[in-house]
Amino acid sequence: MRRRLARASLWLWVLGVLFFLFAPIATIVLFGFDRSNVETWPIQHWTLSWYSVAWHDPQVRAAFALSLKAAFAATILSLVLGSMAAFGVHRARFFGRDSISLLLILPLALPGIITGVALNSAFQWAGIQLSIWTIIVGHTTFCIVVIYNNVIARLRRTSNTLLEASADLGATAVQTFRFVTLPTIATALVSGALLAFALSFDEVIVTTFTAGAQNTLPIWIFGAIRLGQQLPEVNVVVTMVVVLMFIPILIAARLTGSENFAPRVAATQPK
Amino acid sequence: MLSPPLLWFLVIYLTSLVLMLVTGFWSVNGFTSQIDHHLTGQNFSQITAGAYPSIIGRTVLLAVLVTVTDAIVAFPFAYVMARVATQRTQRILLGAVLLPLWASYLAKVYAWISILEKGGALNWTFSKVGLPNPNLGFTNGAMWIAFCYIWLPYMIVPIYGALERIPSSLLDASADLGGSSWSTLRRVILPLALPGLAAGSIFTFSLTLGDYVTPLLIGGSNSTLIGNAIYENLLTGGNLPLAAALSTVPIAVMIIYLGIAKRLGAFEAL
Repeated sequence: MRRRLARASLWLWVLGVLFFLFAPIATIVLFGFDRSNVETWPIQHWTLSWYSVAWHDPQVRAAFALSLKAAFAATILSLVLGSMAAFGVHRARFFGRDSISLLLILPLALPGIITGVALNSAFQWAGIQLSIWTIIVGHTTFCIVVIYNNVIARLRRTSNTLLEASADLGATAVQTFRFVTLPTIATALVSGALLAFALSFDEVIVTTFTAGAQNTLPIWIFGAIRLGQQLPEVNVVVTMVVVLMFIPILIAARLTGSENFAPRVAATQPK
Repeated sequence: MLSPPLLWFLVIYLTSLVLMLVTGFWSVNGFTSQIDHHLTGQNFSQITAGAYPSIIGRTVLLAVLVTVTDAIVAFPFAYVMARVATQRTQRILLGAVLLPLWASYLAKVYAWISILEKGGALNWTFSKVGLPNPNLGFTNGAMWIAFCYIWLPYMIVPIYGALERIPSSLLDASADLGGSSWSTLRRVILPLALPGLAAGSIFTFSLTLGDYVTPLLIGGSNSTLIGNAIYENLLTGGNLPLAAALSTVPIAVMIIYLGIAKRLGAFEAL
């Protein structure tokens, strides 16, 4: 009897947490269809017009384009740098490998504002004007670890005998890479890239300090909420961001399972 | 292979961190608004006086509060995920935690503004039940709820990982030796879950410590955190050296915190 009561209360707790996790997201999606300018619960009249308003807003469009460009460039750069780091650390057996992992994790483990202020100090000191490039540099710095985690986890699980067999059969190093290594890490690369893209697309804490006068989409949202302007549009834009982020995340989960899915959390796992 | 990424981190990240520390010892010329590169300790003496100590205290207290709340909320959930649910349910629950983790950060903050403000769903629910309106919008309480919400998945995932790795034989042994389920929980499960808890707490703690967006958007007049002080000094006050000096505070707090977490095994058992 006591056991069943304990079970029941555990499951009740789980249902409560699930409600806590999803009710706010549902609220925001619903408010996107609220006709009123001023949010009041419950919603009285429904409309789709805010979607059209947001879609035709040139500021939103420009911010969206900048976010896409920055996320795209940061993803490409961190793909290159992150997988290089993974190969290097995986192959080498030297003292201090763990310090390299720790170094790569730092931008995600330390509060984001530190990265932001540090980069801002450096750009000011070097006389570099803030632009899309400074945004990309900031995003790449914290996205590298996402790719690194995905690729190194895959490399660890790949047996060396495959590479040896390839070499024994007379393949050159390039051929082995092209026909053995690349296919084995391909899904890890794609999944890492999708996660890095989502991470970059949504980032606001670091970006504020590296963007200057330009708006990425999160910075536009931040400004609009802060000034209390265009709030119905904010609901719609924020809903679109959630949907746009879920797509790459779901694909990434399909590709690699959910183990390397929470980059900050995965970062604490020993490699 | 390693040199390009290492170079990136050395040249861009570590150099910037060092420059930030050095900038903390510079000052802003009051007449020209230019940065004066003579070393001075004035920024650091400034942050030990005035409003700053209470801002720092409030930030650390809030970070602790959010961490403890999330640990309490997360543990039973992670326990069910790891030890009670069937494999199918386990996968569904994991997905249910990871999707909100990846929902846009600003969407989550904004959702809580909508819920907690005067005309929001919380007041509405309370008045339906016949209770007085809590009017939590734009208070420290709102900030606490929003932070707990945003970082909760970061706490659930590592606790779940730690709990899932406990071999069932240990629990059987505890029961065979006459341990009640309570003493098994207290003396077997909790100690083994501690590293996961510590790992999760790094994120809830660190992310709260450096945030300025949530307090600015959902907090009230008394909700200034270290992050806000840094943000305002840099972006509105144009005082980069003071902002840089303030940024050393979260670093110092995190170093102390990571030291404690390391002792609890946050980096090993996961």
